[in-house]
Amino acid sequence: MSTPVEQEQGKVQPVGSEVFAEDKPWQTIVWNDPVNLMSYVTYVFQKLFGYSREQATKLMLDVHHKGRAIVSSGSKEKVEGDVAKLHAAGLWATMQHES
Amino acid sequence: MIPWERVGDTVTTKIDRQESAVLRGMVGQLDEMLRARQSEAPQDELAELTGIRTGPATAPDDPILSRLLPDFHRLEDDSSKGDRDSAAALRSLHEPELLDVKTGAAGVVLDTCPPGGGPVKLSLEHAEAWLSALNDVRLALGTTLGVSEDMPDDLPDDDPRAPHLGVYHWLTWMQESLVSALSGHEL
Repeated sequence: MSTPVEQEQGKVQPVGSEVFAEDKPWQTIVWNDPVNLMSYVTYVFQKLFGYSREQATKLMLDVHHKGRAIVSSGSKEKVEGDVAKLHAAGLWATMQHES
Repeated sequence: MIPWERVGDTVTTKIDRQESAVLRGMVGQLDEMLRARQSEAPQDELAELTGIRTGPATAPDDPILSRLLPDFHRLEDDSSKGDRDSAAALRSLHEPELLDVKTGAAGVVLDTCPPGGGPVKLSLEHAEAWLSALNDVRLALGTTLGVSEDMPDDLPDDDPRAPHLGVYHWLTWMQESLVSALSGHEL
């Protein structure tokens, strides 16, 4: 299964080009919390991002076991919208610049 | 209460009088908290002129509201001023709409859950609102009870949280059942 993160890691940075912080994509992070149900979190990932059940379940398990997962990435505007939607669903989400 | 069932575009269950009173009470209480927060939004002439609403720039002090209305960045003691300023700006921009969504979902439950108990029949749209509102009341109760990953099913009788934990588990069951009905998967 591929996630947005794994795709990013696969990219080759052009040699000698300067990468400005502004050019780096933003990432949507979902943090583990003890209340949200595993089934509900999977359902929300499928519904908000159109992920397959398999993809959504893998991300949910990452959140559960690793404490956090990157669930989407892209422009600041896109990620900001994703975080807002996750907050509306009651998930604990934040955004950050890829480091 | 019986498990939720989906037939076509309708989702149904039955709720008894006491269950309805508990659910409506909790959703109503949460709705009031959210509306109180709404009324804290700064009123200024520019906002009225432009129609662009702005919310408070700082997170609520109340732990329940703070969980329901999270920051857009993970803020730690050593977070940069840039991150703090950005989180404040994003909160101010997005919180009014988030509060609208949450009070809207609470309103759907209060409109469609029969006060004396009985059948509940929901459109898919209303069922989604129930799902969000149930999650919000579980977050609120979970925060109050200090629910952790390894929370036991029962607490000792002398624990003041014991009766509320039963309600929490009931809400969990109801939400699981609704997710299952909506996603078409067995529990």
